[in-house]
Amino acid sequence: MVSLILRRVLVSVAVLWLVTILVFSGTEILPGDVAEAVLGQNATEESLAAVRQRLGLDRPALVRYVEWLRHASTGNLGVSLASGRPVSEMMEERIGNTLRLAIFAALIAVPIALTIGMLGALRAGRMLDRSLSTMTLCFMSVPEYFVAAVLVLIFAVRLRWLPVTATPHADESSLQSLAGLVLPVTTLTVVLLAHMARMTRAAILNVMSSPYVENATLKGMTRARVIVRHALPNALPPILNVVALNLAYLVSGVIVVETVFNYPGLGSLMVSAVATHDLPLVQACALDFCIAYVFLNLAADVMSILANPRLRYPK
Amino acid sequence: MNAPPPPRSRVWTCVSQVPVSAWIGIVILAFWVVLAVIPSLLAGHREADVLTNESFAAPGVAGLLGGDYLGRDLLSRLVYAARRTLGLAVLITVLAFAAGVFFGFLVAASRRWIGLLLNSINDVLLAFPSLILALIVIAALGTSLPVLILTVAMIEATRVFRVARALGMDIVAMDFVEAARARGEGAWWIMLREVLPNAIPPLAAEFGVRFTYSILFISALGFLGLGVQPPDADWGVMVRENLQGLLFGSIAPLVPAAAIASVTIAVNLLVDAQLRRTTSDVAYGLA
Repeated sequence: MVSLILRRVLVSVAVLWLVTILVFSGTEILPGDVAEAVLGQNATEESLAAVRQRLGLDRPALVRYVEWLRHASTGNLGVSLASGRPVSEMMEERIGNTLRLAIFAALIAVPIALTIGMLGALRAGRMLDRSLSTMTLCFMSVPEYFVAAVLVLIFAVRLRWLPVTATPHADESSLQSLAGLVLPVTTLTVVLLAHMARMTRAAILNVMSSPYVENATLKGMTRARVIVRHALPNALPPILNVVALNLAYLVSGVIVVETVFNYPGLGSLMVSAVATHDLPLVQACALDFCIAYVFLNLAADVMSILANPRLRYPK
Repeated sequence: MNAPPPPRSRVWTCVSQVPVSAWIGIVILAFWVVLAVIPSLLAGHREADVLTNESFAAPGVAGLLGGDYLGRDLLSRLVYAARRTLGLAVLITVLAFAAGVFFGFLVAASRRWIGLLLNSINDVLLAFPSLILALIVIAALGTSLPVLILTVAMIEATRVFRVARALGMDIVAMDFVEAARARGEGAWWIMLREVLPNAIPPLAAEFGVRFTYSILFISALGFLGLGVQPPDADWGVMVRENLQGLLFGSIAPLVPAAAIASVTIAVNLLVDAQLRRTTSDVAYGLA
């Protein structure tokens, strides 16, 4: 089992390395370089050459990639073209906000989604399951900003219970900044929950169609007992997989939700960096999001290896 | 003796088996497709006509749904945006399927190094969150319609490729394909005449799923200000430009967002019905 996990970790490391190449070359090989982006329309040949030399763009791409990677591994991610500030400093201010948003959403969504999925499997094909199923299907199909706009209209504009934007100010009490988090977290939770609940239901029903569950049913056990004692332990690896895979969705969900609520996180930072062609900042944000994504996918696989007795004790 | 039941046409049996939810999906989808093809049915004004100086004018002042943030007719813009959103999504999905299915089947059918290479490239692309991948490309190439279409189509194609490869590998292992090979048929013939027809039902469901993802994807990019560029508008752009209206209690941003939701829900209802028809025993047989 250890070798299986080790191999999976090695694959992730290799993927991360390829990701760095793609992130670097994606913003590098394409037409127009950073110097043109800095100077814009009114660039002369001389000023272009000067900026290229100052930024080291006149050296071969391979040399710059190795240097970029070496600097990135020590936390030096370069200087933002738009603001002139170190990228790592700009990201440090915001990464906590994004993590807070994602962690709250995950903590609320996971238990609710597992309950809904299990209820659906327990009553498969009946009224409750059908209505839950239709509801999750609808929530899954709806864009995040629709959920956000409806929530804002009801709770912030009409009822005035909660603030419209989630921009934390230094002078606000912690209670006030928590109130600002409620709507963004709810939005993320709703969309996350729908996917997770549907996949949980499917994972349990998949196990329910196996012969040993049929045997347990024929012994005369109640359906609830069959699910808890026989189906659930075997459905655990796929469910853990579902949870981790859906948490990876947070990576892109966070970008849209932060933009809706004007929330100062990494996602909104990356969007404004893309709009201003601030390539070092884009690279750094993309790298961070990809690391989170690859890590969550790795966690999903390792957990299913750990939860599967056949893989835990190989013959 | 009872008389035999009157014969019914096959079409009728098929139609009567379509569940209510799927009918709802078909009606909603037909509504938007008709509007996208003939916008003048509902659009009283041109997209860019400014009718009033007032922002978020009440219904009646500027069209049936009121005005947008610049005083343009919201309903007319919604209908023209429907054409843009649906048109782009169809184009992107078709491109993604053409590339994804072609390469997916190719890799399934041949065991040469090209398959291994395509596989690994695809796996690396799948290791990126799709929105991040799109943002990297747009940061470098800027926002233009060809960039938008090709980027989203490429990302969707990686997902189609995975499904098509798996399907293709299952089908290629069947006896009738071996028989075709023994007859001396070429790779093209096998792909088009043996593999493709047998992969159509699952691919149809996948097409629906990819279509909704394409709509959500280009709308999200439009919403972030990185997709379709104003003064042109798709539904995502319309949500973005009218978002401030929420503060005045205007429903202007909700209308295009609801339009996106209605199409994606409609397609998902159809996909759900299709999957339930083909996998009913797995999901419901044991209950």
